Amino acid sequence: MLHTINKSPFQSDSFTSCLRFIQPGDPILLIEDGVYAAAPGKYAQTLKEVQAKNPVFALAGDLAARGITNLVDGVQTVDYEGFVELVEQHQVNSWL
Amino acid sequence: MEDAKKIMHIVRKAPHGTIYAYEGLEMVLIMASYDQDISMAFIGDGIYNLVKDQDTTDIQIKGFMKTLGVLEDYDVEKLYVDAESMEERGIREGDFFVPVEVLTSTEIGKLMTEQDVIVPQ
Amino acid sequence: MKFGILLKEGPYNHQAADTAYLFAKAAIQRGHQVTSVFLYNDGVYNATKLMDPPQDDRHIANRWSELGGEGVAILACIAASKRRGITDEVLVENSEITGLGQLTDIAIDVDRLVTFGD
Repeated sequence: MLHTINKSPFQSDSFTSCLRFIQPGDPILLIEDGVYAAAPGKYAQTLKEVQAKNPVFALAGDLAARGITNLVDGVQTVDYEGFVELVEQHQVNSWL
Repeated sequence: MEDAKKIMHIVRKAPHGTIYAYEGLEMVLIMASYDQDISMAFIGDGIYNLVKDQDTTDIQIKGFMKTLGVLEDYDVEKLYVDAESMEERGIREGDFFVPVEVLTSTEIGKLMTEQDVIVPQ
Repeated sequence: MKFGILLKEGPYNHQAADTAYLFAKAAIQRGHQVTSVFLYNDGVYNATKLMDPPQDDRHIANRWSELGGEGVAILACIAASKRRGITDEVLVENSEITGLGQLTDIAIDVDRLVTFGD
């Protein structure tokens, strides 16, 4: 199951809630304001640890729009085509 | 029900402050009449929808305690509530006005992965 | 694969309408069939032709209308529309008002239902 997060972790509990429910192996895709979790800061360490069990992706266009160039180690960027590919492989759980 | 799709509605928003939970419930009631395998998971502020003694008279917003109460008549009996969200908010099972199944986040997380469709409300 | 999209937020106010659109375009580009975009909650405002953004900005309703012209059903929920004054008279071309039963049919029919919203 693909988990998408579209809120800044500073604004909403979507990020921390998702991490409580996600099963091992399931990917996370950060989109819209969700990409702020991939920037250095308070949640960087958490995001590093998450990657031991869950691959983390961030939508390139949303990163670029927000001037985020320095990503937490291991976070992979995808474009919209990559987003679609992830959806081909998994059902989707959007943490709105 | 063999061909029925497993559809889980996830409610993470409190009632009244926004319309999401209310319109979400309207969606659940329609989907329930289509003989699908419907469940609802109440997580975070979503659990406030289930709390007793809500009276929306003074705010002039249509309440939906009655509607939630009839879910059972629509065969929507799978109402899951996240135990940690209850703990965080100091809410006990006796505070709810409908029968629910209290589960851990791991248990709800596993149920999520079994779904064909997840609809966040 | 068959994809369905559920859009739960209004245009401009939130990025959801843009993300949903770009996702739909990319899915079609990759050879998938996007059967429908179902508009719910404030998402129904995506379908009003009365919107008139500045010339140098994207026209969100027209974008959906173009997608509708390419065979994607653009559907606004009737209950949500009635609450918000979205009627047949204000609907952008290639969109229609329909019931939640239709969304259920979509959920049953598609391989993936992807939700965008706030």
